[in-house]
Formats: sequence, C-alpha cells, structure tokens
Amino acid sequence: MKKFINKIDDVLVESLSGFAGAHHDLVKLSLDPNFLTRQQKAVKKVAIISGGGSGHEPLHAGYIGYGMLDAACPGHVFTSPTPDQMLAAAEEVHADKGILFIVKNYAGDVMNFEMAAEMLPFESATVLTSDDCAVINSTYTTGRRGVAGTVIVEKCVGSLAETGATLQACKALGDKVNGLTASMGIALTSCTVPAAGRPTFDIEDNEIEMGVGIHGEPGRKREVMREADAIVQEVVSAILDALKPSPNSEALLLINGFGATPLMELYIIYNTAAKLFNHHGINITRSLVGNYTTALDMAGASITLCLLDDEIKQHWDSPVHTAALRWGV
Amino acid sequence: MKTSFILSASESIRDAILDHESELESLDRAIGDGDHYINMKRGANAIVEIRAELESLTPDAALNKIGMKLLSTIGGASGPLLASFFMSMGKILKENADDSAPSYAAAFVAGVEAIQQRGKAGLGEKTMLDVLIPVAQQFSTLATSNTNIKDICTALMHTAEQGMLSTKALIATKGRAAGLGERAIGHIDPGAKSCQLMIEAVCKQVLLIQN
Repeated sequence: MKKFINKIDDVLVESLSGFAGAHHDLVKLSLDPNFLTRQQKAVKKVAIISGGGSGHEPLHAGYIGYGMLDAACPGHVFTSPTPDQMLAAAEEVHADKGILFIVKNYAGDVMNFEMAAEMLPFESATVLTSDDCAVINSTYTTGRRGVAGTVIVEKCVGSLAETGATLQACKALGDKVNGLTASMGIALTSCTVPAAGRPTFDIEDNEIEMGVGIHGEPGRKREVMREADAIVQEVVSAILDALKPSPNSEALLLINGFGATPLMELYIIYNTAAKLFNHHGINITRSLVGNYTTALDMAGASITLCLLDDEIKQHWDSPVHTAALRWGV
Repeated sequence: MKTSFILSASESIRDAILDHESELESLDRAIGDGDHYINMKRGANAIVEIRAELESLTPDAALNKIGMKLLSTIGGASGPLLASFFMSMGKILKENADDSAPSYAAAFVAGVEAIQQRGKAGLGEKTMLDVLIPVAQQFSTLATSNTNIKDICTALMHTAEQGMLSTKALIATKGRAAGLGERAIGHIDPGAKSCQLMIEAVCKQVLLIQN
C-alpha cells in the first residue's frame, strides 16, 4: 500500500482537519463526535444533514454550504457514522423547521440514521437515495444502493430548503429526484481501505467489474476489458431500462470518477454517453463531470442520468456555495 | 450472573475476535467490503476499555451501557444491530432479575428479536441471524427443561457452529452481500462467523467457571 498517510488511526481526523482548514470560510469541524457544519448557521429553514462512511470525498462534507447541506457526519472509511454524531449535528444546526436526513440506501447507514431519528428531540424526515440500477430491486434485496445520484438530490433539496419550504416539501422533492435518477458504475481496479492495507477485491489486468458499488463491493458481473464505447453502451442501456424515459425528455448527465481515473477519460465517457442518450431522444441540457462521489483510489467511473422537469431544473440551477460545487454566487 | 462475569466474557470475546483477524478479514473481502474485522475489533476494544465504568453497574445496566458504547463505536450495520441486542437483553434482565437460566434465555431471545426488527431480516438470509435464531430457540428450549448449564453451553456452541456453516450455501438477501446474487454461494457470512465466535467465547467462559 502506497498512500499519503501518517498513522492509520489518524487518517480520518487529519483528513477532516485539512478539509476544514482549507475551507474555513465555509465549514466548521467538531470532533468526538465528528461532524461538520456551515461556518454561518442558517436560520428558519429545514436543516439538511447527510452523512456516511468516509472515502467518498467530496461526498458529503464537500457539499456543506449555502444551497446544499447544513451538516455532514463522516463515519470511518466505508463505515456508517453513528447516531451520536447525527444527534450532535442536529442539535447544532436545527433551525426551527425540522431536520431532513439524506441517507444512501445501505443497511448500516439506514439503521444508524433510523436510531438517530428515534432519539432526536426534533421533528425529522429521511430521504433514502437508491439510484444505483446495477443492483436490481426485488423483494429479496434491501433495494438499490445510493450512489452518485445522491449529489443531485442534495443539491435540489438544499436549494428548496433555502426558500423556507416545509420539511414535507423538502422530503417530497428529494424522493422525486431520487425516483427520476439512475446510476451505474464500472471498476477498472479495486480500492484499498487504509486500515485493511490491501486491495478490497482481486481483479485481473484485463477485467472490469460492471455495476460496482462505491465501496468496491461487486456488482452485476465480471467482464473482459473492452473499448470505452462498448462499456458505456452497456451502462447507458441499463440506465434506460431503469428509467424508461419518454422521448424528448430533458436530462442531467453526471459522469463521476471513482478517484483514480483521469478527467481526460471521464470526458471520453461523457462524449459517448451524451451521444447515446441523444440517440434515444434524450436531450442532455445539464452536465457535471468530475470526482463527486469517489471510492478512495479505485479506478473507474459511474454514469448517472437524472430526468429533469421545471422544478428540478430550477433547483439544480440555483446558486450554491460549497467546497465541491459552486455557481451563481 | 454477576457484572464480573460480563467483564470477563467481554475480554474473552475481544480475544476471540483478535485471534481470528485473518479469517474475518478474508470472509468480508470475499462478499463484503473488507471492514468487518476492523469494526468488530474497535467495538470489542472499546468495551474492554470501559471496564472500570462497567464494574460499578448492575448486570442489566452494564449490558445497556455496552449497547450504547457499541452504538457509538462500531458504526456500519453491526453497530446498531449489536447495540439493539445488548440494550434489549439489559431491559429484559432489569424486569426479570432472578439469576436463572430461563431468565437469561428470555433475555437472549429478546435480544435476537431486537436484531430481527432493526435489520428487518430473518432466517436463511445469510446474516448473523442464521447463527442467532437457532441458538435462541435452543437456549429457550433447554433452559426451560432443566438441562444443566454445562450441557446447555456445549449444545449452544455446536448449534452456533452449524448455523455459521449453513450460511456458506446461502444466497444473501440482506446486507451488503445482497447485490452478489449467486456469487455469494460458497462463502461463510462474516457477521455469522463473528457471532459464532462471540457465543463460543461466552460459553467457554461459563464452562471455565463451572469447572
């Protein structure tokens, strides 16, 4: 394992401290229990709190700030945060209109946020994101996983909350955006959790994992490496199957890097994916390309399509001022 | 049961987890994300570290405290599940304070039910419950039929091992391995393995005292 770390046990706190220092104009870090909040506390609005295992940076702390999150609770690497973190964060950012938790649909995250919500002295609601169409939803699974589409949900719900909307309205928009969003990832290599010290999964030089999760957990199947267009074609088909968009739909296309794939390649993916979606009558009018929901040092990428209506467009376009997304301010 | 037993059992559990580092890691690498051992170690160490604080508590309060500590230490799915187990066990023992095998069996059964509710899972889903449900059923049956404590422990260790091994042939339908489909077949569930280790550690501790 070759990584820029000092002591394994210090990885999380040193990284959080660096993040908070680099963005001290935007965020404030509290330790033990660990959570981050906006530097300027918002008033009279639904407080939006997200969180999850670390290792997906800039998710979630990178999205704290005007127009997005009020607080984020980082767990250990790839491990859900614990309820004491959510309770402490809620206490700090509560602004008289309730707490909305945005939670990626993983068993651990769901249970820890559920226990926090049960213990919370304020009104709360939860939006579960489940945009990963690689894992097929059935009565036999806990449902689809929440991946890069979470960023779109956080952006839109965060925008609506700034208008003073109610907790119910914020939750409804979050559920709507989630329902109109589908993602699928491809891994070229494994990632290495610092505390484990070796790759999470074995993969040959000529293999890819189709439908990989953001923790390196396996997806649909192991395939032989092919040219980019063939891989993108397969992912685009899966997304179209999941969303079944009507012709002339308008959409946002997010190409997300997992941490070790160059932007140059992400744009190759965008180029092909946009053409393919266009070919299916989908008009890509918004886009985002970069590392927004990573999996440590995994090489690979995910493709996310979010179908747009006027409401979602308005909240995607509205001003946002966070460490990882900033426009209109 | 005295609080001192809970403390020595906690140390046995910690030792059992640490002794199986490579096994737990490789099981989770095969069908999970490779962090199960790290999380269990963090939880087990945290309980041993609050020994002084636990010593002054009654057994039911100590179990509740262990649950709260695990809840804020482990994270992941194991944290809330194990926390729910210990907190429910503590609650039942508080209501039912007699020092008898049926009371402990009732507390254990309540703990396992709490895990089922929190995890919305049951038998045959390739999780820790494939160990815990059969052990709870057997514990309850044996404790209410006047079986002696040594025989109960021996039987429970065997059942836990069978339950753990049974996960090998299963497809996961809950938890992070659920996305794997048939690829999960042939691998023992890491959560089932750590539960079996914990049950074995506690039973061996009971047998040690009995001898």
